[in-house]
Amino acid sequence: MAKLIKGVFLGVLNVVFIWTALFLLGHQAYWVLLLLVLGAALVNFIFISEKGYPYRYLLPASFFMILLVVYPIVYTVYVSVTNYGTGNILSKEQAVTQLQERRILDAEAGNYTYTAYRDGAGELWFLFTSPQGELLLGHAGRLEPVQEGDERFSQLAQFTELTRADLVRATNELSALSFAFDETWQLQMRNINYFGVYRPQYEYIRERDELIDLESGTVYRPVLGYFEAPDGTRLTPGFREVIGLNNFRRLFTNPQVTGPFVRVFIWTVQWALLSVGCTFAVGLFLAILLNDPYLRLRKFYRSVLILPYAVPAFISALIWRGLFHTELGIINQVLRATIGSGVPWLQDPVWAKVALVILNLWLGFPYMMLVCLGALQSIDHEMYEAAVVDGASSWQQFYHITLPLLMVSVAPLLIASFSFNFNNFSVIYLLTRGRPPMVGAQTPAGHTDILISYTYRLAFESGRGVDYGLASAVTLVIFLITGAITFINFRFTGTLEEVRKNV
Amino acid sequence: MYRRHSLFGSLWRHAVLLLFVVFALFPILWVISASFNPANTLVGQRLIPGNPSLANYREVFTSEQYPIALWIKNSIVIGLITSTLVVIMTSFAAYAFSRFRFRGRRTGLFASLLIQVFPQMLAAVSIYLLVLSIGRIFPALGINTHAGLIMVYLGGAMGVNAWLMKGYFDTIPNSLEESAMIDGASPFQAFYLIILPLARPILAVVFLLQFIGTYSELILASVLISSTEKYTLAVGLQLFIHDQYASRWGVFAAASVLGALPIVILFLFLQKHLVAGLTSGAVKG
Repeated sequence: MAKLIKGVFLGVLNVVFIWTALFLLGHQAYWVLLLLVLGAALVNFIFISEKGYPYRYLLPASFFMILLVVYPIVYTVYVSVTNYGTGNILSKEQAVTQLQERRILDAEAGNYTYTAYRDGAGELWFLFTSPQGELLLGHAGRLEPVQEGDERFSQLAQFTELTRADLVRATNELSALSFAFDETWQLQMRNINYFGVYRPQYEYIRERDELIDLESGTVYRPVLGYFEAPDGTRLTPGFREVIGLNNFRRLFTNPQVTGPFVRVFIWTVQWALLSVGCTFAVGLFLAILLNDPYLRLRKFYRSVLILPYAVPAFISALIWRGLFHTELGIINQVLRATIGSGVPWLQDPVWAKVALVILNLWLGFPYMMLVCLGALQSIDHEMYEAAVVDGASSWQQFYHITLPLLMVSVAPLLIASFSFNFNNFSVIYLLTRGRPPMVGAQTPAGHTDILISYTYRLAFESGRGVDYGLASAVTLVIFLITGAITFINFRFTGTLEEVRKNV
Repeated sequence: MYRRHSLFGSLWRHAVLLLFVVFALFPILWVISASFNPANTLVGQRLIPGNPSLANYREVFTSEQYPIALWIKNSIVIGLITSTLVVIMTSFAAYAFSRFRFRGRRTGLFASLLIQVFPQMLAAVSIYLLVLSIGRIFPALGINTHAGLIMVYLGGAMGVNAWLMKGYFDTIPNSLEESAMIDGASPFQAFYLIILPLARPILAVVFLLQFIGTYSELILASVLISSTEKYTLAVGLQLFIHDQYASRWGVFAAASVLGALPIVILFLFLQKHLVAGLTSGAVKG
């Protein structure tokens, strides 16, 4: 039976693999296809070979982790060394195509006068007269020579000729039209009186990877995502290209970016430490109180104290913003009634930070309480019974039994909580938006901005469009910082593994 | 560790706990009060509204521009499916990490923890592009589908949750499974029939944590979901109060109460699973 289920499961997986492979083959995505084949081979090996047994349990979670966490990280690393962002969204191929389609007026070809007609179906017909006096019939993007008295020429008499007022009204429609002489030369509207001959402005020489301005002869070569002339003139649009460490250079040497960086960094560390410290202290304290079998109303307390966690954080942050409201909020109303004056919660740098820590304590202590309760409940009661027999005090029991065993399962969560708060964008953004702003800073930095909200504003709200490249570079810096802290912490609690082996 | 309390001992405990109860409850009660206040503003609000009415709630249910009730349903469905799948996948992974010794075990544990450090918010661009390409192969998992969003959430199944569960599995003695295997049980049967029932408290904790996390998730949902009728509550409510929450305080409060209610109910319902002590009892029995 178990073998049958395994067989069916593996069969379904392989059908999905083959389906995906065929699709990738059809789209010539050979690198992805190679990865898929390797992955499929690995999966089949894990399920067929006995050696792969433990990995079967890891497969589902690992698959989604690799696809939706690891891959986006790798992609972010790639983007961080590119100039991806407004102005450099297109691939080089697309940018070249756009530039090749750009046309300029050929003044020497002279002006073409015209008469426009509308047929019964509302479609436009044109009779052009070239500077040399030749007649051309234009319709649906095509041109053909006609003579007076032709069948096609006399046909025009049945259509309605557009008056000058009609032409003015239809300007937009007319100026969007073009009539092709051949593949590159076109007839387009110059003004209400004339059409002119337009020809391509640039020619792309694929072998030398150069773009030549056909009029001036200037040669443009690709430099860091733009076609650039020897005198430094750039053509837009630019294209997406690897530009090496330029984003990182900007980050560390551009005063606009680095200036407030240090202050923001210090607050970020303070913020993460305060958040983890306060929530864990309160959470553990409450968990120990609530794990006490002799305490009355335990269930009541537990249900009520968990409630802040049940309210989605983004709602809570907005609710607290109402409570902290300087003029109308209930907290300041109470303060005015008791001590005579309110507090500028969201206007003063220090009070704004206090407000954030209070909000985050409210949001976070139930989580720590839940986690500690779960861990406390998994501690074997026999240990305490033995300790009591040996005459250990409550404090000794807590310090030598509860805390070490609790840390086995909770320590990694504290680390995770630290990095979570290090990057707790939504609380900061929803309560203070990083405000109040730093006086004298050239960038939109605020006193309560943490690294991630600061960079978010730099990258996405700088008023100059999006800059995925810089944003990704900053993300990597944040990742490195939090990764390093995590690593140090992990080595520090590396006793974790030893402790676990003894359990 | 715990003893019967003296009178003073029980007094300070209750005093401290009551203090925290007030801290925890006040904002919630204040919003509930605002939701019944027809004035729809922060000005002059009292804890017991003068002339309570259901006008704000009616607005929540009848507004055609903002179908808040539908958003709540979307969030619940997405949250339930995600949490269920995460608990299943995580318990498998945690069991392997806890009980098997294999090559790459330590690396895997370390990687799954370290990877959580990466701020997913800024990876939103890559995730969006990835889901876009997946949607070309499997349209049901593409942009603006709930299935695609759930798939993205499953990426976080490994990591913190697996650690929490592994820590719990580690504290369950091996002797139970060993005796079962002597009786002829396969490792999978030992996992399914012995470990999982004993681990119910941690499964409930992981389920709840995941459900709350999914329910409140804002950034990925707003990047991946684009049509009004598919919004989750987090995305929809955010837009509803955008720049106008001062003048929509009452309706916002009513929506908040309704949005928080499903989770609060779930919490109270699953509380008993959190009460444990199963492990030591099982060994004794």
